[in-house]
Amino acid sequence: MTSMLTYTFKNLPSTSKWALQFFVRPLSCSSQLRAAPAAQTKSKKTLAKPNIRNVVVVDGVRIPFLQSGTSYKDLMPHDLARAALSGLLTRTNVPKDLVDYIIFGTVIQEVKTSNVAREAALGAGFSDKTPAHTVTMACISSNQAMTTGIGLIASGQYDVVVAGGVELMSDVPIRHSRKMRKMMLELNKAKTLGQRLSLISKFRLNFLSPELPAVAEFSTSETMGHSADRLAAAFAVSRLDQDEYALRSHSLAKKAQDEGLLSDVVPFKVPGRETVTKDNGIRPSSLEQMAKLKPAFIKPYGTVTAANSSFLTDGASAMLIMAEEKALALGYKPKAYLRDFVYVSQDPKDQLLLGPTYATPKVLEKAGLTMNDIDAFEFHEAFSGQILANFKAMDSDWFAQNYMGRKTKVGSPPLEKFNNWGGSLSLGHPFGATGCRLVMAAANRLRKEGGQYGLVAACAAGGQGHAMIVEAYPK
Amino acid sequence: MGPVPSREESHLVSRKRTAGRGAKGNSARGGFSQAVRRAPIWGQAEQKSPPLRGPRLSPFHFRPLQLKMVASRAIGSLSRATASRIRRCPGYTCRNFSGSSALRARTHINYGVKGDVAVVRINSPNSKVNTLNKELQSEFMEVMNEIWASDQIRSAVLISSKPGCFIAGADINMLASCKTFEEVTQISREGQKTFEKLEKSTKPIVAAISGACLGGGLELAIACQYRIATKDRKTVLGTPEVLLGILPGAGGTQRLPKMVGVPAAFDMMLTGRNIRADRAKKMGLVDQLVDPLGPGLKPPEERTIEYLEEVAVTFAKGLSDKKISIKRDKGLVDKLISYAMSIPFVRQQIYKKVEEKVQKQTKGLYPAPLKIIDVVKTGIEQGNEAGYLSESQKFGELAMTKESKALIGLYHGQVLCKKNKFGAPQKEAKHLAILGAGLMGAGIAQVSVDKGLRTILKDATLAGLGRGQQQVFKGLNDKVKKKALTSFERDSIFSSLTGQLDYQGFEKADMVIEAVFEDLSLKHRVLKEVEAVIPDHCVFASNTSALPINEIAAVSKRPEKVIGMHYFSPVDKMQLLEIITTDKTSKDTMASAVAVGLKQGKVIIVVKDGPGFYTTRCLAPMMSEVLRILQEGVEPKKLDSLTTSFGFPVGAATLVDEVGVDVAKHVSEDLGKAFGERFGGGSVELLKQMVSRGFLGRKSGKGFYIYQEGVKNKNVNSDMDGILASLKVPPKSEVSSDEDIQYRLVTRFVNEAVLCLQEGILATPTEGDIGAVFGLGFPPCLGGPFRFVDLYGAQKVVDRLRRYEAAYGKQFTPCQLLIDHANSPNKKFYQ
Repeated sequence: MTSMLTYTFKNLPSTSKWALQFFVRPLSCSSQLRAAPAAQTKSKKTLAKPNIRNVVVVDGVRIPFLQSGTSYKDLMPHDLARAALSGLLTRTNVPKDLVDYIIFGTVIQEVKTSNVAREAALGAGFSDKTPAHTVTMACISSNQAMTTGIGLIASGQYDVVVAGGVELMSDVPIRHSRKMRKMMLELNKAKTLGQRLSLISKFRLNFLSPELPAVAEFSTSETMGHSADRLAAAFAVSRLDQDEYALRSHSLAKKAQDEGLLSDVVPFKVPGRETVTKDNGIRPSSLEQMAKLKPAFIKPYGTVTAANSSFLTDGASAMLIMAEEKALALGYKPKAYLRDFVYVSQDPKDQLLLGPTYATPKVLEKAGLTMNDIDAFEFHEAFSGQILANFKAMDSDWFAQNYMGRKTKVGSPPLEKFNNWGGSLSLGHPFGATGCRLVMAAANRLRKEGGQYGLVAACAAGGQGHAMIVEAYPK
Repeated sequence: MGPVPSREESHLVSRKRTAGRGAKGNSARGGFSQAVRRAPIWGQAEQKSPPLRGPRLSPFHFRPLQLKMVASRAIGSLSRATASRIRRCPGYTCRNFSGSSALRARTHINYGVKGDVAVVRINSPNSKVNTLNKELQSEFMEVMNEIWASDQIRSAVLISSKPGCFIAGADINMLASCKTFEEVTQISREGQKTFEKLEKSTKPIVAAISGACLGGGLELAIACQYRIATKDRKTVLGTPEVLLGILPGAGGTQRLPKMVGVPAAFDMMLTGRNIRADRAKKMGLVDQLVDPLGPGLKPPEERTIEYLEEVAVTFAKGLSDKKISIKRDKGLVDKLISYAMSIPFVRQQIYKKVEEKVQKQTKGLYPAPLKIIDVVKTGIEQGNEAGYLSESQKFGELAMTKESKALIGLYHGQVLCKKNKFGAPQKEAKHLAILGAGLMGAGIAQVSVDKGLRTILKDATLAGLGRGQQQVFKGLNDKVKKKALTSFERDSIFSSLTGQLDYQGFEKADMVIEAVFEDLSLKHRVLKEVEAVIPDHCVFASNTSALPINEIAAVSKRPEKVIGMHYFSPVDKMQLLEIITTDKTSKDTMASAVAVGLKQGKVIIVVKDGPGFYTTRCLAPMMSEVLRILQEGVEPKKLDSLTTSFGFPVGAATLVDEVGVDVAKHVSEDLGKAFGERFGGGSVELLKQMVSRGFLGRKSGKGFYIYQEGVKNKNVNSDMDGILASLKVPPKSEVSSDEDIQYRLVTRFVNEAVLCLQEGILATPTEGDIGAVFGLGFPPCLGGPFRFVDLYGAQKVVDRLRRYEAAYGKQFTPCQLLIDHANSPNKKFYQ
């Protein structure tokens, strides 16, 4: 292995205050060299850290995100994950036996495939010698899959990791009631006919009422939409603002789709059905149409509607991450570095969806960047109201001082750099798979639009949040 | 006008009969007070009726005398007197509004106009709560008249600017200052007229309710066309007037039955219970709910009120544009009920049943519930006019009754006993350690953890500890079942309780409360062990019902840190805490103990150390008299009925069984030794024999009565006949009438209480009254021993005592202070 120096001239978008930048990046497998401070002249710094391996995204893909109950409705979660993994194999041509480890995120688990990562990997033709595990952290599950991978690589355990996520909302486990389950389990153990009969005699009709997967926050029993509506109200976000933002998301997504910018999408031939090639939830409408909808959660006067919320989605994503030197050794041209990341958590009742507000300043501080350094923002859009509330919170000194223990606000992201290719509101939000989509969108946008740093942030059930800096790989 | 401001949600707990059964085998633990606990003080009905859920309301579930609610309320109206001349800057409240008339500054009310909606904001100055007083009412009418006259305004929103309080009720002092029936009636008439105008308003009025909406506040709200409430635990609606011995006097008795149906209205007005917003919505008492908001760009409470206002304005607009109808969709059950209520025969049956139930529960001692029924009946059967007239008349009559004065006195007393007269302690107690996980220890732990105190519960055995932890968990879980807590909150609260067998972590404790067996040497041992591990500032409190604190403190290295905290069982239900100070106890220790007690939600009396302190000492002579009466051949059942019909919640013989015969024996021997002949009367021999036969009361299954699991009507224990016969003494016919028997019990109690004040055990009569009513079940309708002397007349009490003294001797000798009061009729405990 030899060390390399890459010199890159970069044109930054005109919105940036730097017109032309020159920067030097040490890329090295040798620890000594890596430890050496990079020679930086007139350049934006890099986020490489001494003695820590650089982790890169070689590439990432996703199958089209579909509204639940459409083309994927007869499949199982691992089928979707399998499709994403196959797509990744096709896209990257990575030798299967080189993959050290596979991690997938998912939220609503299919009990038959509780380690969906393993089932999908086997089905997708990965080596049966590659171990796999599944993580869950609500809407930031695949972020967790990625950062777990980063940890494994950075600590030197592995070189090549596949991270991804999957969610199938067309089918969710609906269980028997606890009473029924208890009776059935006891029946299993009953030895004599008498025991069985006495157990059966305890049966009551209400045992048959099914138990649906919780749509509500366990700790507060509040549904997320309800919380989002309250959050929007708390920050005085109007219905019109929310509808406008949702319309923006759909319009941008449509434009991106039409212009072929959503290059992470791989087609999926659904068994027994047509080949799905694009996301089907993008539906730019008019403000008038949207204004007609009734509130979905706080009735009759709430502001969160079906049109300004993300919809239930089926989908899967996967990406190939590697130690930088490994990627280069294999001859890859990585798309981006995965840099500093943070997880945050706060009050799951009143600040359920404020994760990005808490995570953004923290990750920027950690990376030594400011909002101005970021060229591409990719935030998870759970609800229009949630995004706009986060903007207001990020732009409030009062909030920063009273709730975040910070001296000043971090500032809200400039809209022209924000979710320019659509977001979860329009593209869809398969809970477990969104994280990888966000990172790939940031990486692809940096390549396409120019710029060095992307910021990915998301909120998640349980009052948690995540943010990560994605740094464009020098061209 | 319905008084009773309330700022705190009272514990609407239905006490179950089984509440105390866990006491079995805990004989010595908790002692005297433990027994009193099982003798629920406030109305037996409360024990029996299950909490009401859902829209189905039966008229047969009410708890007319749930006075503790009244008493638990902090009143803001007290500060009314100072109700400030400070005018608020008009620009402040009206900054968002146009309209010149809106800019006129008023003291209590401000209003502005948003579009064509007037927003009327109520904000009494210098007070945490809004109370309906004359000033506020006249300003309100002034504002409303402007609104009605304005062409620009088409609807109105009524809202309070105070988070946590809409209107907490009418001003009690306004009633207190009335000297005659006519004056009170007039107040009611005026209130009725005001609210009638609101009801008939052609411009829709929306009441936007956040926080307490009680009494007159509720009557105001139900006179409006529409009600929107925040779904907050602080938002409670109710008509607590009955708890003050009066009735809703501003049209409430007439409007409420029409709004929520007769059965539900009776339930509300006869129990005075607080209704939370979500239930109020189900009942049809409010039309819309608004969720409280979290932090945004402003503090949550502030933004929530703003949001409530925004929503209310939308609805007010909708109503005036006729886009929203004020008619509510009634459920099938509601329709059936209202159909049934249209049949005169059904109505008559309901009145009858309700009256019977009230009679049974109040024993005719409380006039308010019956008058409420009467007034509601008049309104429904004879029309509005007659109803309103009857309401104001009866309101006037009730306000003049002794019962009402007694109840209002208790209410004021309780407000006083919710304050820390020693000021803030130097160090706020945050870490508590409780020794002994028995019924008392676990109870104290429960009321501590659920108020956010980190608590260690230590016991000597794993089994004992486990039992205690289970008790705490069950107490919290019961709240979950009643939806007062979420299961998550329960878990989180329970996690701040640490159960252990050793003294680990005691080095962080700010206060240790011991609730070990009532045995001096054990308490000494525990005190020494604890003092070896606790930090210097830590307070050592002893939960004992009879052991003198200075004797416990005798072995302490730091007696200034030792104090008595006498809880009453069940701790989570009984509101009283008797704090006992010795000569050596420091002021800061007192401040700390009171602060912890207040945090635990207790009503606190602080008394001086002495045998039996205050509560146990007052009860002992009365108990002694109970024994004598039984020895004189009065049947236990007869004695019970005599005491309950006097207003005690539990019969005297039953009380002995509940206290535990062994405990009663122990206490009467101890106090007998300390006080000598004055505590004599009945023979302790009776108790001794009962103990030797194993008749320990409820805990052993037999006492004066036989207790069987699942058997509701207890039978007299016939084995007692022999014991009673052997100890029989001839009754003295001149003092053995039913009334005399009642007064022999009560006057001994009262005399001892007054003596406690005379000796300085008690600091104030108020504390004496609160302690007697909340700790011992002294009839609330009498207001406590001191109020009783004031209302009944000291001379009459002394006369009775003298008469009994002539028959029995020293036990009935009136104390000097009582004689002083008798000699100068102007002397009152309450001026």
